[in-house]
Order: sequence, then structure tokens, then C-alpha cells
Amino acid sequence: MTSELDIFVGNTTLIDEDVYRLWLDGYSVSDAVVLRVCSGILEQTGATAAVLQSDTMDHYRTFHMLERLLHAPPKMLHQLIFQIPPSRQALLIESYYAFDEAFVREVLGKKLFKGTKKDLDDISTKTGITLKSCRRHLDNFKRVFKVVEEMRGSLVDNIQQHFLLSDRLARDYAAIVFFANNRFETGKKKLHYLSFGDFAFCAELMIQNWTLRAIDSQVDDMDMDLDKEFLQDLKELKVLVADKDLLDLHKSLVCTALRGKLGVFSEMEANFKNLSRGLVNVAAKLTHNKDVRDLFVDLVEKFVEPCRSDHWPLNEY
Amino acid sequence: MPGKLKVKIVAGRHLPVMDRASDLTDAFVEVKFGNTTFKTDVYLKSLNPQWNSEWFKFEVDDEDLQDEPLQITVLDHDTYSANDAIGKVYIDIDPLLYSEAATVISGWFPIYDTIHGIRGEINVVVKVDLFNDLNRFRQSSCGVKFFCTTSIPKCYRAVIIHGFVEELVVNEDPEYQWIDRIRTPRASNEARQRLISLMSGELQRKIGLKVLEMRGNAVVGYLQCFDLEGESGLVVRAIGTACTLDKLSSPAALLPACNSPSREMKEIPFNEDPNPNTHSSGPSTPLKNQTYSFSPSKSYSRQSSSSDTDLSLTPKTGMGSGSAGKEGGPFKALLRQQTQSALEQRGGSPHRFCRRREFPFFTLTAFPPGFLVHVGGVVSARSVKLLDRIHNPAFVGIMGNTRSYKLLDWNSFNSDEPETRDAWWAEIRQEIKSHAKALGCHAVVGYSESTSICEEVCILSASGTAAVLNPRFLQDGTVEGCLEPRLEENLPAGCGFCHIPYDELNMPFPAHLTYCNNCRKQKVPDVLFTTIDLPVDATVIGKGCLIQARLCRLKKKAQAEANATAISNLLPFMEYEVHTQLMNKLKLKAMNALFGLRIQITVGENMLMGLASATGVYLAALPTPGGIQIAGKTPNDGSYEQHISHMQKKINDTIAKNKELYEINPPEISEEIIGSPIPEPRQRSRLLRSQSESSDEVTELDLSHGKKDAFVLEIDDTDAMEDVHSLLTDVPPPSGFYSCNTEIMPGINNWTSEIQMFTSVRVIRLSSLNLTNQALNKNFNDLCENLLKSLYFKLRSMIPCCLCHVNFTVSLPEDELIQVTVTAVAITFDKNQALQTTKTHAEKLLQRASTDNEELLQFPLELCSDSLPSHPFPPAKEHLESASSNSGIPAAQRAVTVEKASPMGEGNFRNRSAPPCANSTVGVVKMTPLSFIPGAKITKYLGIINMFFIRETTSLREEGGVSGFLHAFIAEVFAMVRAHVAALGGNAVVSYIMKQCVFMENPNKNQAQCLINVSGDAVVFVRESELEVVSAQQPAANCQPSCPGGEVTT
Repeated sequence: MTSELDIFVGNTTLIDEDVYRLWLDGYSVSDAVVLRVCSGILEQTGATAAVLQSDTMDHYRTFHMLERLLHAPPKMLHQLIFQIPPSRQALLIESYYAFDEAFVREVLGKKLFKGTKKDLDDISTKTGITLKSCRRHLDNFKRVFKVVEEMRGSLVDNIQQHFLLSDRLARDYAAIVFFANNRFETGKKKLHYLSFGDFAFCAELMIQNWTLRAIDSQVDDMDMDLDKEFLQDLKELKVLVADKDLLDLHKSLVCTALRGKLGVFSEMEANFKNLSRGLVNVAAKLTHNKDVRDLFVDLVEKFVEPCRSDHWPLNEY
Repeated sequence: MPGKLKVKIVAGRHLPVMDRASDLTDAFVEVKFGNTTFKTDVYLKSLNPQWNSEWFKFEVDDEDLQDEPLQITVLDHDTYSANDAIGKVYIDIDPLLYSEAATVISGWFPIYDTIHGIRGEINVVVKVDLFNDLNRFRQSSCGVKFFCTTSIPKCYRAVIIHGFVEELVVNEDPEYQWIDRIRTPRASNEARQRLISLMSGELQRKIGLKVLEMRGNAVVGYLQCFDLEGESGLVVRAIGTACTLDKLSSPAALLPACNSPSREMKEIPFNEDPNPNTHSSGPSTPLKNQTYSFSPSKSYSRQSSSSDTDLSLTPKTGMGSGSAGKEGGPFKALLRQQTQSALEQRGGSPHRFCRRREFPFFTLTAFPPGFLVHVGGVVSARSVKLLDRIHNPAFVGIMGNTRSYKLLDWNSFNSDEPETRDAWWAEIRQEIKSHAKALGCHAVVGYSESTSICEEVCILSASGTAAVLNPRFLQDGTVEGCLEPRLEENLPAGCGFCHIPYDELNMPFPAHLTYCNNCRKQKVPDVLFTTIDLPVDATVIGKGCLIQARLCRLKKKAQAEANATAISNLLPFMEYEVHTQLMNKLKLKAMNALFGLRIQITVGENMLMGLASATGVYLAALPTPGGIQIAGKTPNDGSYEQHISHMQKKINDTIAKNKELYEINPPEISEEIIGSPIPEPRQRSRLLRSQSESSDEVTELDLSHGKKDAFVLEIDDTDAMEDVHSLLTDVPPPSGFYSCNTEIMPGINNWTSEIQMFTSVRVIRLSSLNLTNQALNKNFNDLCENLLKSLYFKLRSMIPCCLCHVNFTVSLPEDELIQVTVTAVAITFDKNQALQTTKTHAEKLLQRASTDNEELLQFPLELCSDSLPSHPFPPAKEHLESASSNSGIPAAQRAVTVEKASPMGEGNFRNRSAPPCANSTVGVVKMTPLSFIPGAKITKYLGIINMFFIRETTSLREEGGVSGFLHAFIAEVFAMVRAHVAALGGNAVVSYIMKQCVFMENPNKNQAQCLINVSGDAVVFVRESELEVVSAQQPAANCQPSCPGGEVTT
């Protein structure tokens, strides 16, 4: 007696969050069954392994069918095939687009479309995330990137609108897209200590302050690209280093602004010239694409490392 | 020329990419009705086209309106080659033809293609203007309402229940026409879908005409089925119960004017309760004013799936006596001599035998209080027929329980003639009728019909419950003299229906009668089998449970007559065994009655399958069931004895456990020695399994033993051993789960509103090596048990819950394949309240009545007033109501449309933010096989949903194999049903049933095909908790005349 066909279709689509998690994590049906058995579900419910197998298969099949819709979340809202309560839909989408920071850290700033199978294999081994899950992650990034790439308006809003993600997740995606677009180098060894969260924070500030829209919200703006004029202006900051008066003026202004807010104020004050020169030099070079990519490396080399060597307790970028 | 159909194509969305180059589609739409076709403009390069077409107008006959579906085809325009079809939508416009149902169909419909499945959606608005001078209207059958529900629909009141209506139409199956060799699978599938749609429409129209002839205005318990007979054609048949219904609180319902009783009724009510709310505002008419007329009319076949009822009374005594026979003994048990003789008298010309009032059958399974007087028991008949028209047809008819073999000569029949099929069914119905008569009953309730076809052999089955109906409710003297049995004026509530209808001294079969435990006046049988739902007023102890008997029998492959004969010979044995199993399992559960019994016999190439499902309960009126006693054949063997006693102990333990599980604690009754489940051995009657030697003993015991009866299972061979084992291997559902196949679970009455309807399908392949009866039985048993276990596991998050209306369907698509399809609904209930098991009878009645709503004819008001908040009624209400009824829109509907914003709103804004005053369930369409929705009131019936789909694939592997293919298809079917309901402005389907799910695969060719037929009633419901809000809104709402047309905007 072999089971040829075994399906369960509910009027309201049944979704088991645990199984969904396993599916997202890229486990095969048999692995998922093993994991579920380990979770003690059989003892709790008195079910047999065969029941569990059939249940898992069924859920996987449902998820597989849902995946097409998850690729375009607004479709999920309007589709008629699966009757899923809105709260459930949101959860499905959110979990589908949620990512593992370890993975993002690996691909952050890389060209997303280059991701060969071998690269993914490496990442998978390195991070312990299954290859399937890696692929989903990467595909999600690519998809979001592709959709919002040419779009005008706020990056975060665009992502939220087209992928119905929560605010936080949308911001993270915005950061990923921003990094991917500008191809910031983040993989250098020196940068390894920085988490995705740190970069995301930087990205947000940069989007707010350095992009076209930050300068003039009237322009049909894009959040993705750095404002060329702004970068040109940065070049002129060189005077801050070249001209002694300006350097002093700058120093006093900065010191006034930071006084009392900074625990290491005295050290900062002492090293101001060095630090400032480092920063200004980095800033001045940003008109070249290559240097833009190396922004973070340069910053760490020229600014953070000197600071760290002076035992500053926090990163003030 | 009485109708103008208007169609507007608004927009499309999520269309598939048809042009690879641009990744876009140039879509346009063809709208076809009858022979007229309109086209929209081509909307270039978009996957979300906005056609916003003009109104396409079709001027058509009402006959066409009823028969034809509206056919909408979405195509991709191609300048150089033929336009590619994207998919189609068929819309049944029937709901627009009743004055009280939907007024507009408007919403997003999935675009369906038989090869690719759903491919995007299209927004369509459909309206019908009927030029109905009333006279004209009555001449056509437009306006006759159809309900799948097998009880009087909520928010209606039955004025007259006329009786049985049936019809069938036959056509050639397009799949088997010569042209099929040259056309594409898509064209062939579409031809089939269209044909069945047409035939359904025609059938419904014809039935409607019969109803009008009977002066009814509705068909309740309508069940339409199709038989795919292959080469010999396609039969679509339907049965139902004609009624005259009156809408509660909308007095001006268009009743045929000739119907005087209903007229009287109409005039009574409205001064009493001006409640605009349909549920609670039933005219509260004193009972005596009600006139029920009962006029059995002509019969046709209704085939049933889940909702049908088989009633079978197979008293255990019948079984006991069965053991008396020698060869063929078993089925003698089922034989009712009177019936047989009655049959013989009737002889060979059953057909065309005074068509009108021929068959006093009712497809209903639940009745107004007082309607059902006595229940005799289940009557059933089966007949084996050959569909082959080349072979000289010799028909072997096995008439179910009566074992009457008949060789009829059918010279020159033509299978395309409906006459032939008519005659077949007429014959079976005749049989049923005489069975009922033998039981002293004049009517059959819970009646259903079904077929099983394999190659050219067809088993026709019909079953129902013989019953005596209250003559007070039966107007004309159609009840041919069977009525003499006791007709107490004051039947004791809760037990009357159990009392035997037949004459004690002249019983149709030997039965053990005792005095009713409830009233102590009348005799009752010791076991009662029925095909109906548990009557509302029945007194039940404890809870009920699903009981199934499963059986397989191998048969040799054979051709034509030989095959038919072989099947005929097997049938009685199967029936007998199925009954034995049911009886044993019932005893094991310590229960004494079965409701909703449905026995399905399926024929395959090399085997027969029997599956009986029923809900067991303990009826307080019936005697306590005895236990089961096991007897060994060779009492000398010590170890054997030990084994036997071990088994016995296990059985006794199981019975005790079940008693506890189902909370069966009957009050002690002094005159009977209850307590030990196993009475003294002396007093036992025996059930012997094919054991001829002991037959004498049996009769002896039968005579000597008193009211007590325990079953003796004699273990004389491994076969019997297996059976006993299988009895014990049935695992009870995990705690927190209950299951039943009736509408409601006896003993649970505090449902919450969470429901989950589902369909589950399993197919197993038998390894051909171990094909013995035992192995087969075991496989089948495991299949069903595992399926149930899986369901319990999947639905574990709903605990505590009950699976209601569990409907199993077995089919044998190929040699070694068994397919089981289950549809049921899981409903959660409130555990805390459930613990108070000893609800009083009155409470229960009230509860059920309020959930169930006020279908209960004359009682609605009294019953509901307690459970409903009292609504403030606007003074303007009566005025408004009359206004609304003039325009054909009942007040209730207005309230509803207001509450939901608009039907369009629902379709359009599914899942977006809900309109401010709408409830949280907007956009969600509930589906349930039950006739009610727990915790909600059905305010309006929008019309019948009857849909047929074919899906085919030539890339089975790519679609995820057979499971992936069928999973997607069923999900799509659900989606299409929901979309149609939403477009009608409804938010639920009740009495949903999947009547057919025919699945064929050819993995070698990477192909599969599946046909699904579903039906149900589209309704609007309002949550009870929201009723208050609604009623508060109503005054304001009603003051703004809402134009149904105006709501349809884009």
C-alpha cells in the first residue's frame, strides 16, 4: 500500500508557523519531519510519524504555491485562490522577507546579480544557513532591488508599498539596496567587526543627508544615488585642512557643538587636526566612484582606527 | 421576450504574460450568451487592463436565461496569428431570476482555463431586467427558488410541503464524440463544461416547471448529480422536495396566486411583530392556523453525497434472524418478506405508473417540529444495470435488502433515451416505497439516490428513512391508508419519533420491542437506524460519534452480464456485513441509534467497496444496548479459552471507556437490569457469522430471551478474528475532538464562530501481490483511519472542536487504486460550557433553535426572543417594508447591503481596509456543508451555486505531481465558488457539497485530468454579536432608499 496522492485543502488556508519557519530555513521535507519529531510534537499530539510526514508535505506544497504570490506581495492581497486572514498574510510576507544578518553581512555592497552558485555555497558553509535559504535571501534582495531601482520617491516608502513590509524591515532593505547600488566595500577584513545594524544606520543617515532628495525635495528625486553636487561640494572642504584659520574655526565650532556630549572630548580636541584631515581627505575623494566604494574602508582606516588607538570608547561617525 | 441581460466588463488584473517579447498582454473580452457575442476593445500592453466597456445587452427568452450560462472569454489579441485564449468565466445568472435573491452580480471572477488553471481575474457586472407581468412570470419557471439545504431554509417558513420532484436529462458526452479526436483537450474540456452547465440549467428549469405545476414556489434539498457513463452518454439528474415557502417578514413574497393556503398565511402575521430583522421577525402564527399540504408527486432520483440521508432501520433483530439461513443466510437477515411480496405483486411495470403523487418521498433531513411522527427505519434499494447497448441487455436487479432478483428484459433500449434511466429509477423508487409500506410507513424522508459506475456496469442506489408524518400537516388524503397506526394527539416530546410505526403483532421482521424508556406507553425497537438528522426535540444522553463500517470484496474481472451478475451476487453479502459491522461498532460505543446513515457501495474493475458512515447516539427512549459477547468455537482448548476471555475483557473495557468518553450515563431504570454491559449469557440473542450449524439455537434464543440482548460474536475462523480485531483497532479521536456526519453533534451546543471547511483526498495504490479480502480490508481500514488521524492532527489548533458533516466518498479510479475524498467542517466549541453535559432538554431545544435560526415554522418568535436583544423598531419600518417588497427587494436585503457597504465594495475591496461600518469578516467567504453558520444569522438566500470544472494537465511533474495538481485545483475551485458568492453580494456558502471529484492520471504520459462538481447555497449572514449594531443602524439606513443599481459603480 503506497500513498499516491494525499492532500488537504481548507477553505481558509491552514498555515503552521513552525513548518513555515522550517521551510523558510530551507530544510527538505524529510529534514523538517526529523526536526519536528525532535520537537516532541508526536508526544504532545499522539500522532504518528506518517501523519507528520503527510502534514509536512502538505504544508510544503501550500508554501510552494504561495511562494509565487510572495514574490509580489500586493498580489497576495488581491489574489482569490488562498483565503488567508490579513494578519496571517502580513506574517507570511514579513517572515518571507526577513533575513539572517550573517548572510546580509556577506553580500552587503556586492553586486547582487553576480551571485554565482559557488559564492552561495561558500556563504552557506560559512554562515551555516542552508543553500536554499541563501538563495531565497539573495532572490529577495535582487527582487526588491529590481523593483525599486528605477523608482522615484522615498526608498523606504517604495519598498513598503511594493512589498508590504514592516517599517523596520523596509528600512533594512533600503539600506541593502542603497549599499548594493553604491557598491560600498564592506567585505574587507578591517570592516568585519561592524554589524549589519551599524551599516544600516549609516545608510539611513546617508540616504537622509547625502542623496538628491536630501538637498532638494522638489527635484524628482531618487534615494539611491549620492548627490553629485554634494560630493563636489565636499571636495571644497579641503580648505578646512589647507587653511589654518578655517581649521581653527572649524575646530572651535565642532568643539562647541560636542562639548559635554562626548566623554572623550579632551582627546578629540587634542587630535582634532589629524582626525579632521583624515575625514576631509576621505570626503574630498568621493567624487570618484572607486573612492565612494571604499568609503567605509577609508573611514575606518583614516578615522576610526586612529580613534581606536586612542581608546575611544565609542564610534562617533 | 421577457428578459434583457446586461453585462459590463470593467477591468482585469494579474493577467498572465501572453507576449514574451514585451512581457505584457493585449487583452480583450468576448461576452457570449446563447448565440450572441459582443467584444470589448483591445486594451494594449497591460496586465491590468481597464476596459470599462459599455453595457452589452442581450435580449433573450426566459427559457434561455434559465438554461444558458453567461460565457466570458478573455483573449490576447494577436495581429498576425489567431488570438490566444487566456481563460473563461462562466456565470450562472439564475440567482438574478428570483425576485428575492441577488439583484446584481458584480465582482472579481477568477479567469479559468482548463489547462492552466486560474490566470488572473476579471471584474464583471451583470444585471437582468425581467419584463414580468406577473402572469407571464408564473408561466415560466423563473422565480422558483432552489435550495441545496435539506431543511426548511432559515428565514423562510414552509407553508406547504408538496413532495418529491425529479428530472433527468441525457446527452452524448463530448469527450466521446468523434470530433474529440481532432480537437484540443482544451476545446473538449470546454465543450464538456458548457454542456453540463447547459444541461444543469435545463434540468433546473424543468424541475421548476414541475414545482409550479404543483403550485409550489421552491425546491428544498435540491441535489443534482451527473453520471459519466462514458460511451453511452452523460446523465444529469436531480431530485428535491417541492415546497411553498413564505419569507419571514416579507409578506409580499411572490407566491403563485392560486395557492390559497399560502395566501391565508400571508395575511396573518404582521401586526404582531414589526421587526425588520428577518430572523426574529417570523410571523408568530398559532399552530392551528398552519395548513400543511402534502402531496406526493412524481419522483425522480436524487443522488446524494454528504447531505443525503439514508435512513435505514436495520434492527438488530433483523440481523439475528439472518443467521438462521444456511447458504445465503446472511442476507436473509435483511429480507423483509412483506416487502418482497409487495414487490412481486407490482411486477414488472413500475414505470410511468401514475406519475403524480407516485412517490411520497422527501429529500429533507430535518423537519419542522411535529412534522415527523414516527420513524420506521432505513429503507434502501440497489440495482445493477448494464450501460452497454451493444450487448443484449439482461438486467439483474438486486433490490437492496430484499434480495429480489429480477431478470428484466429490456429489448431495444436506447441509452440516450431518458426514458430508460427514468424507468430504472422509477423501479427503484417503487421498491423503496414498498419497503416503507412494509414498515407501516407512508412516507420516506431523508431520501437520496446515487450511482456507481465502472465501465459498463452501473449500480443505482436509493435509500431513505421510512416514516409516518403528522396527518395534521398532510392536507389531502394522499396517504394511502397506511395511516391507521396510533396518532396520539399529544406525543411525548423527545421520544415520539422512536415509537414503532408498524403493527406489533404483524411486524415486518422480528424485532425486540420494549416499552419506551421515556413515556413508558409505546413500544420502541432496541436499535434505530435512520438517514435523517437527529430531530431537534430528541432526548439524547451523552455525546454522539462518527461510526463507520468499511468493507472490500474482491471480484473477478468479467464482462457485461457476467460482471453484473457477479456484482449482484456480492451485493447482499456486502450489505449484510456492513450492517453487522455498524451494529457491532454501535454496541461497542454503548449507543443505540444511528443518524445520517449513508451506505456507499462502489464498484471497481476487480473489487467492490462498501463504506457506511453514520452518527451514533444514545437515545434515552430506546433500551440500553447490551454488550458484545465473544464465543469461541472450540471451548475445550484452554489457551484458546484464555485468549477469548482476554478479548472479551478488552471489549468490555472498550465499552466502558467509550461510555465514559461519550458521557453516556443513562439513568437507572428500575424494571430493567442495567449496569453490567453484558447480561446473563442465558438471555442473549446471538449474531452468528456464517455459521450454519447454530441456526436452530438462534431462533430458540430469540424466542426465549427477554428484552436483553447482547451480541455474541463467534470466533470460528481467522476472518471473524480479524473482524473483532478491527473493532478494537478503531482509535477514538484524540481528546478535545469529536466527529459526526450529521449537521450538529448531539450533546454539544455551544459552538463558537470559528469554522474551517476542508476537503482532503487520498489515493493509495494496492500492491497486487497481497490482494486478499483481508489484506484489502486492512488497507482500506488503515486508509480511512489514517486519513482521520491526519485530520485530527492538522486541526489540532482548533481544539476543542468537532468535525461535523464528515462525508467520505470512495471511488476506484483504476485497478489497484482506492481514492477516498473527505469533506467536513471543523467547528470549535466552548469547552467550559461543554462541561455542563446535562443540559436540560428545553435548554437544548432553545439553543439549537437559536443557532439554527427560525426555520422552525411557526415558533420563531418565541424561541428567539430570549436569545436576541430586543431591537428598537423604527416607526417607518412597515411603510418601508412594503415599499421594498413592491420593488422586489426585501427589507432585509437593504439592511444587509447597508451593512456591507455594497456588494461591489466587497468584491472590489477584498482585503483592503474594510468599509467603516462593515464587520471584520468582509471579504471572507465562509463555506460549510452545514445548513447554518454557528453564531450567526442567515439573513438572505442569494441563490444556488452549482459549478462544474474540468482541469487537465500535460505537465504533471512540473505541477508538483498528482498531489500538487489536485491540491491546486481544489484550491482553485474553492476560490471560484467564493468569488461567485462574493459577486452575488454574499459572504458564505451553506450546505456546500462536493458531489463529484473524478480524478484520472497517466503518469507515464505526464498527464492528469480531474472533474469536480460542487454546489451549495449562497447566503448573507450577520454575526449575532453584530445584530445589535445592525439593528441600531437600520433606522437610518432604511430611510435612504438604496438603489441596487446605484451601488454598482466602478
